[in-house]
Amino acid sequence: MTTLITLIVAAVTFGTVLMYGTLGEILTEKSGNLNLGVEGIMYMGGAFGLAGAFYYEKAAGAAASGPVAITLAILAAFAAGFAASAIYSFLTITLRANQNVTGLALSIFGTGIGQFVGEFMRVSEGGYVALSNHLKEAFSATIFPGFLINIPVIGRILFSHTVFFYLAIVVAILMFLFLKKTRYGMYLTAVGESPSTSDAAGINITKYKYLATTIGGGISAIGGMVYIMTTAGCVWNHEGLSGVGWLAVALVIFCMWRPLNAIWGSVLFGAMMIMYLRVSIPFIPTELYKILPYIVTVIVLVLTSMRNSRDKQPPASLGNNYFREER
Amino acid sequence: MEKNCAIEMKGITKRFGQVVANDSIDLQINRGEVLALLGENGSGKTTLMNMLSGIYQPDEGEILKDGKTIYIRSPREAYEYGIGMIHQHYKLVEVFTSTQNIILGLNDGRMDLKAAENKVNEICDRYGFEIDASEKVYDMSVSQKQTVEIVKVLYRGADILILDEPTAVLTPQETKKLFAVLRNMKADGKAIVIITHKLNEVMEVSDKVTVLRKGKFIGTVKTSETNPQALTDMMVGHAVSLNIDRPLYPDPRKKMIIENLTCVDEEGVKKLDSVSFTANTGEILGVAGISGSGQKELLEAITGLYPVKEGSVRFIKSDGSEVELVGLTPKKIRQTGVGMAFVPEDRLGMGLVGSMGMTGNMLLRSWKKGKGALIHKKEPEALANKVMEELDVITPGVNYPVRRLSGGNVQKVLVGREIASEPEVLMTAYAVRGLDINTSYTIYNLLTEQKMKGVAVLYVGEDLDVLLELADRILVLCGGQVAGVVDARTTTKEEIGLLMTQFNAKEDER
Repeated sequence: MTTLITLIVAAVTFGTVLMYGTLGEILTEKSGNLNLGVEGIMYMGGAFGLAGAFYYEKAAGAAASGPVAITLAILAAFAAGFAASAIYSFLTITLRANQNVTGLALSIFGTGIGQFVGEFMRVSEGGYVALSNHLKEAFSATIFPGFLINIPVIGRILFSHTVFFYLAIVVAILMFLFLKKTRYGMYLTAVGESPSTSDAAGINITKYKYLATTIGGGISAIGGMVYIMTTAGCVWNHEGLSGVGWLAVALVIFCMWRPLNAIWGSVLFGAMMIMYLRVSIPFIPTELYKILPYIVTVIVLVLTSMRNSRDKQPPASLGNNYFREER
Repeated sequence: MEKNCAIEMKGITKRFGQVVANDSIDLQINRGEVLALLGENGSGKTTLMNMLSGIYQPDEGEILKDGKTIYIRSPREAYEYGIGMIHQHYKLVEVFTSTQNIILGLNDGRMDLKAAENKVNEICDRYGFEIDASEKVYDMSVSQKQTVEIVKVLYRGADILILDEPTAVLTPQETKKLFAVLRNMKADGKAIVIITHKLNEVMEVSDKVTVLRKGKFIGTVKTSETNPQALTDMMVGHAVSLNIDRPLYPDPRKKMIIENLTCVDEEGVKKLDSVSFTANTGEILGVAGISGSGQKELLEAITGLYPVKEGSVRFIKSDGSEVELVGLTPKKIRQTGVGMAFVPEDRLGMGLVGSMGMTGNMLLRSWKKGKGALIHKKEPEALANKVMEELDVITPGVNYPVRRLSGGNVQKVLVGREIASEPEVLMTAYAVRGLDINTSYTIYNLLTEQKMKGVAVLYVGEDLDVLLELADRILVLCGGQVAGVVDARTTTKEEIGLLMTQFNAKEDER
């Protein structure tokens, strides 16, 4: 029982990272932009998020407060992701460069920038970048009072997580409401499905694509920051983040472009990612174990395409740039 | 009925480069009236209406609404003037419901789907539309999608509706329903314009007809005071002499026998309906018909590119033996030793690879002959040079990407390559479309040359004057059926025009 609860809690911790990456990419892809740069964006989010909190603490000294550090880390990561996606948007929306190539380039670029900033901080601070213990605790503490966490079984599963997990759920629900219930969400969906129709209806395609892609990138980047500040223990760690962005892209497909699916989907993938550490199955090499989430994605892809329902398909113009003159 | 003019267009001229698409056209659209805009393909009907819907601006002339001059700069402004156009290609988001599509782009406060659905249902009840306001578009038939487009326009308060060839994709039953709806809207005082080239529909639904021909305004007549014959004459005009040389081949023989060829497209619509004819050696068989009457499908079915549902295509070899081509892939057809060449309509899409040079494109027809893994460039290069010299292809070199050549030169490369394969049957689709006069004559001469070599030539064309002087016989298609095969030397333009447009009307009467 305890093993199971521990597994779930660990899955949620890693799932939170994935959830941000996935939610951001869902918003981006809803506009018809396939941003394969999530990997790079999350790296940048991790490095800049850490930098935000670290330099804040350096400036504020012992008076540094947890909530402020968390807010600054979120803002710094979001800004980094926003800026990186703005480059992507400019290249694909305004200059109409190939989305796949641009996304891959952004992955490499973002990974590089992230590494550079992380290493630069490490070297310039004398070989070690870490927050003080009380800030570290602020990042990994739950927001619920102790008696809730102490409820047997449910307490730890529901209430023991970091503020980032609950924030991610709020983002998912808001995104769901935005897409389903508001006019602008409907317009965004229309842009991703059929830009020429939306254009004829007088919707500003460029505006929707830019906003969805940049805000989506910002949300994805928060995921990178959450990884560094929780799982990696507020220390720059360039290895742990690798592959997370790609997993987020796969998760978008798994969730069938629906934000609410991202909540349980991320936790499930989180569980599959860390299972090899917690539940060992004899005779199966860890390497095979680790590819589990990817196998599940492939199976889901096959199943959804077999079911052939139009509602479960990607946005119809995903990956295509829009030229008004081209009919 | 009292005249109630909604829109008046005066002296409208629109040019695209040197081409005059509309030449000083006057048009009057009245409320409570259905106006049919009639003309052949390329006569400028859609261009004229696009100026009303804000897609184009006229170069000359003015548009008046209720006596006041207006300027329509965008589709959105057209809506503000109450003008709505339903295009041939529907603009709908497939995963949305009809209501979501209808309110897309409208900014009237908070989004209230329920209220919008009620309003959609109200419009449907009023005019007799049959759509479900909450059905997703991907579940809808073509005619339902069209209905959504019409309701979309009405929802936005349009009282002047323009429909661009609304019946092109509809079944006869659906067409009847559409016309009933149009009559309801007419009774409600809406002004309606339908763009069409189907005479029977003009006669059935319209009150007035305005005829355009090659961008020029020919006249406006009341439907009740005219007849199909008179309208055809207005539409096709009088024959023009082109002086194309047409020698007679001494020894014509049967080359290809097509019997009861029937093809059905993905949506189950019959594209070809038991087409039967014979192609002879030493003969140019012209294929006439309004575009979309099955010309493309006919050629593609013969070459093995389009699935055939029923019927047979029998090719007669020079030794007298027959080969059945239906069911064979283009590769198999070639392997059985049938010499067939096809100059498709889409030159740079189906015919040539745009980014490759002449040599590379020649290679596409002959690479199978080569042995080993490496390509042998000598032969195709020699052929490319030969085509370049003989047909006067203007290009910086045989390796210059054909995409960058002018349309005429591209066509010369394609025709040159196809002729070089020494075919027994040569099929061309719109071989001179977009070409200048000189190049067109080069192509005519090439085809005639092939004919005199004993090749059976199928020439799908749109210019009746050319067909009358180039072809020996003319096969007229109408709605996927053979409306008739006439002798090009004795027939008249009027006769072909009637066959092209009225075959279906006769069918309906029976």
